[in-house]
Amino acid sequence: MDTVIKAIVFLPLIGFLIAGIGGNTIGAKASEFVTSGFMVIACALSWLVFFQVALGHEELIKVSVMRWMQSGGFDVEWAFRVDTLTAVMFVVVNTVSMLVHVYSIGYMHHDPHRPRFFAYLSLFTFAMLMLITSDNLLQMFFGWEGVGLASYLLIGFWFKKPSANAAAMKAFIVNRVGDFGFALGIFTVFYLFGSVSFETIFATAATYLPAEGAADAAEPVITLFGMHLDKANAITAACLLLFMGAMGKSAQFLLHTWLPDAMEGPTPVSALIHAATMVTAGVFLVARMSPLFELSPDALTVVTIIGAITAFFAATVGLVQNDIKRVIAYSTCSQLGYMFVALGVGAYGAAVFHLFTHAFFKALLFLGAGSVIHAVDGEQDMRYMGGLRTHIPVTFWMMTIGTLALTGVGIPGTVIGFAGFFSKDAIIESAFASHSTVAGFAFTLLVIAALFTSFYSWRLAFMTFFGKPRASSDVMHHVHESPAIMLVPLYILAAGAVLAGFLFHDYFFGHHYVEFWQGALFTGPENEILEEYHHVPLWVKWSPFAAMALGFVTAWFMYIRRPDLPKYLAEQHRGLYQFLLNKWYFDELYDFLFVRPALWLGRVFWKGGDGAIIDGLGPNGIAARVLDVTDRVVRLQTGYLYHYAFAMLLGIAALVTWMMLGSSI
Amino acid sequence: MTDWPILSAVTFLPLVGVALLLLTREDSPYGRRNILNVSLLTTVFTFILSVFIWVGFDYSNPGFQMVEKHEWLGTGIAYHLGIDGISMLFVILSTFLMPFCVLASWNSIEKRLKEYMIAFLVLEVFMVGVFVSLDIVLFYVFFEAGLIPMFIIIGVWGGKDRVYASYKFFLYTLLGSVLMLLAIMAMYWQAGTTSIPELLAYGFPEQMQTWLWLAFFASFAVKMPMWPVHTWLPDAHVQAPTAGSVILAGILLKLGGYGFLRFSLPMFPLASDYFAPFVFTLSVVAIIYTSLVALVQEDIKKLIAYSSVAHMGYVTMGIFAANEQGVQGALFQMLSHGIVSGALFLCVGVVYDRLHTREISAYGGLVNNMPKYAVAFMIFTMANVGLPGTSGFVGEITTLLGAFRANTWVAFFATSGVVLSAAYALWLYRRVIFGPLEKESLKALLDLSGREKAILYPLVALTIFFGVYPMPVFDVTAASVDALLNNYTAALEAAQSVALSAN
Repeated sequence: MDTVIKAIVFLPLIGFLIAGIGGNTIGAKASEFVTSGFMVIACALSWLVFFQVALGHEELIKVSVMRWMQSGGFDVEWAFRVDTLTAVMFVVVNTVSMLVHVYSIGYMHHDPHRPRFFAYLSLFTFAMLMLITSDNLLQMFFGWEGVGLASYLLIGFWFKKPSANAAAMKAFIVNRVGDFGFALGIFTVFYLFGSVSFETIFATAATYLPAEGAADAAEPVITLFGMHLDKANAITAACLLLFMGAMGKSAQFLLHTWLPDAMEGPTPVSALIHAATMVTAGVFLVARMSPLFELSPDALTVVTIIGAITAFFAATVGLVQNDIKRVIAYSTCSQLGYMFVALGVGAYGAAVFHLFTHAFFKALLFLGAGSVIHAVDGEQDMRYMGGLRTHIPVTFWMMTIGTLALTGVGIPGTVIGFAGFFSKDAIIESAFASHSTVAGFAFTLLVIAALFTSFYSWRLAFMTFFGKPRASSDVMHHVHESPAIMLVPLYILAAGAVLAGFLFHDYFFGHHYVEFWQGALFTGPENEILEEYHHVPLWVKWSPFAAMALGFVTAWFMYIRRPDLPKYLAEQHRGLYQFLLNKWYFDELYDFLFVRPALWLGRVFWKGGDGAIIDGLGPNGIAARVLDVTDRVVRLQTGYLYHYAFAMLLGIAALVTWMMLGSSI
Repeated sequence: MTDWPILSAVTFLPLVGVALLLLTREDSPYGRRNILNVSLLTTVFTFILSVFIWVGFDYSNPGFQMVEKHEWLGTGIAYHLGIDGISMLFVILSTFLMPFCVLASWNSIEKRLKEYMIAFLVLEVFMVGVFVSLDIVLFYVFFEAGLIPMFIIIGVWGGKDRVYASYKFFLYTLLGSVLMLLAIMAMYWQAGTTSIPELLAYGFPEQMQTWLWLAFFASFAVKMPMWPVHTWLPDAHVQAPTAGSVILAGILLKLGGYGFLRFSLPMFPLASDYFAPFVFTLSVVAIIYTSLVALVQEDIKKLIAYSSVAHMGYVTMGIFAANEQGVQGALFQMLSHGIVSGALFLCVGVVYDRLHTREISAYGGLVNNMPKYAVAFMIFTMANVGLPGTSGFVGEITTLLGAFRANTWVAFFATSGVVLSAAYALWLYRRVIFGPLEKESLKALLDLSGREKAILYPLVALTIFFGVYPMPVFDVTAASVDALLNNYTAALEAAQSVALSAN
């Protein structure tokens, strides 16, 4: 098993090195086949591991590779830790990555830089695998930043486009803001537990909190940013700092601004990185650290609030976007919010379940969108699409399946439904059932978000595939279905979008929960959400269904029945429309709050601080004073003999006076 | 191995090259090539010889090794050499970077090549000498003497404003050094010895430690350079020829950090502890302030110079955190910065040789016709940003962790540097490398030549190697750093118990 795990992780790395270093030598075709071939193997092995570890109930596997760094008590290893959570992520990452590799062979067909593209894809996969297999926080940070690098490179893949370069930089820097918190979180955890290794942290965390009323309960253990924190509060602080990292990577409210811009990258990249895998790293982090988060109700409350706000906020923005990829991007952002709400209310299984199903249907939607874009010659604006249903029927049906899964179509109370139905409804019901103080708030926002989700998803489908064609006749003339190499990945993902929920819901968040997870997700003794979410009132079970149906009908009415209505409404509510269209003006706000002041400060420090003050008073100032003094000395040297003679006389007089007076005293 | 004076050999071997160079003439292409070959061979041999120091190094010994001692001047001042885990790697780093400097100067130095190479070889003698000296007077001689060749290199072979820059460099550093000389005299009168091992064992009175610490600080802070005495560095870097910048960033900046670790921390522990918050403040200001300044630079070299100041902020912060992670991280950060910033300046040299400008706005879209260069530059940029997997990360995370253990606020502000460094470095990269190739002057540029590959590729390999497996460095430094910190804490505890019993 050790070799299998090493193979899964290192095959993409080898693929990256071959395509990256030798890509121009062996040619584009060879690079594609090597990287994709390795991914097929890695994917097959991942499913093997999944069956062995998650379904076969094998013990946790630990594989040491070598030591990374060691300084005093700070001892970090390169090692792989494979439990059910990792096995699930293995399947998600490698399946989607493999399909995206294959799909890209068709999609990137005309691009001259294919070896580089496939090298980046494999590099990303390697970094993501390092992230999910890590057995300590620092290796996770390696993968965390590694996927950030790959994302940066892939968003900026078309380096001639200034907008792509800007988006790539923005993604990296905004993520770094999250990493700032993540790094401080790692330090705090190390300070509290004396280790960054999961094994030690989890073992210590189990008995970390003192019993209620114990003598040392309120004793401070750390002084963090001027606050003297006792054990419980210290854990809360550590969790919140780690969560800040998760917010950056998973594009949660306040740190979400990079994700829509990241759509500048090629569409397969959006499917792999910005929908199915990398952006879920934050969810993975919180799930992985559940033994810590479970100790801190306050941190979980924050997670719930941020998640709920994100789910709602992103859905509102998604309502009015016109770029097909941006609609799906905001939808991703919103769905990630759902996952965080699940984490926040302690339903970790539901969160990972939604991560799992979402990977299938969201990758399907993105790759489907790619197929649409491919068909209409690179156009991404839905206002110039329409009526494509008959021209690209396969893509249309695949997108429809994705939409059905995303909106969560299914019959409440039964086991009939698409993947999203199982996972999303589980989250909404858990939010209602939870004892969290913000449960009602989260539940309300999630149901509204479900309504919006349904609306924007169907709006996308109707604008793209129905109605009259709005593209130029030239484009419409060339519309063509994608080649098989792009459609086969869609079939596989569609199968997942239909079946993943039905097949696995009992394992992820149902009767087989305990055997399936084997402690990979930790829940405290008071956490009974798994049981309670089954017993929510019937209206709660039906509310997401109602929201979904309402969203569908509204979208149908506005975009099929009365296509003139959206424009009229937008003009009627100009302010609201602009507010949503401009994404709540977050970019403008951040530009005003951070970017401009930073540049302004830089200039002030440079010209004012370094130039005027330090140099002006320091070296240049002293040099100038020396010049002043010498100038005056120079002026004394007039060259006239009588000036010198006079000065001498004065001097002698002074000297004589001083000697006479001085000696007399 | 022990009877053979390997340290003297490594230190003075470059002088053999100098002697040979004095015999050559420069006036023909052959002469030019002879000069280059002699210089290259000398530096390569010196490096190979220095590797034997590492081979023979005893990892478990925290004290000084390979010691050589001869009486000198009959005054108690001795020719006393030796290395320990703190200094050893700096010797290797110095000898390692020299061949790259020669290679980088291959075509770019057009006049007085012989004198240029002699200056570099002499500089190497002085730099290695600083790290192996075990006598404080000898240390001072090497420390100061190193200024002269650098002053000449900037002043003669530098850019447009070279004279201003070289004087600024010289006067700034000399001013600090004068105070250090006074301190050295005071130490001699107090302790009656100039031997560093004996001074390390001598406990200076608390009052005196404060003054001595400040005097040494004046010198080392300028060398480092720490905010606010850093303004000589951007000017010196901008004006210096490429190889000069490499040595400046790679080695000369490390003299300050080395000095803190060799003198300030172990000899004046009470003062170090007392002044630690002061150093933390300056370090944090340096990290944030210079990162912001780097953000708005218009000159590539200046931008990298400011980023150097920010990175040195991590070093001073780590040293005065005074725990294993802080000090070992600082050592690692210095070595890593030696490689990475040296490599970045070499990268700038590559395009400067082609276009003779350092204006960022003169570039753009280089990835189109220089893809290999773009890759190398990307890797060094990422190392500068501190991406995990590159050597830059290891130093940054360990110093930050050390600082966090000492004071969480310091770590908080210093960690914000990771955001700012990403901003300035990626923005530089974007403006120089990405984008369409539109400027006429850039269209004819060729990708890396064989010589340039020989310069950059080994550095790429090392940057990644030390990022993935930094243990060689941690293993070398562990014993000496532990010993240093044990003495440090012991001295602090002793002082505390004295203070308690006095009450």
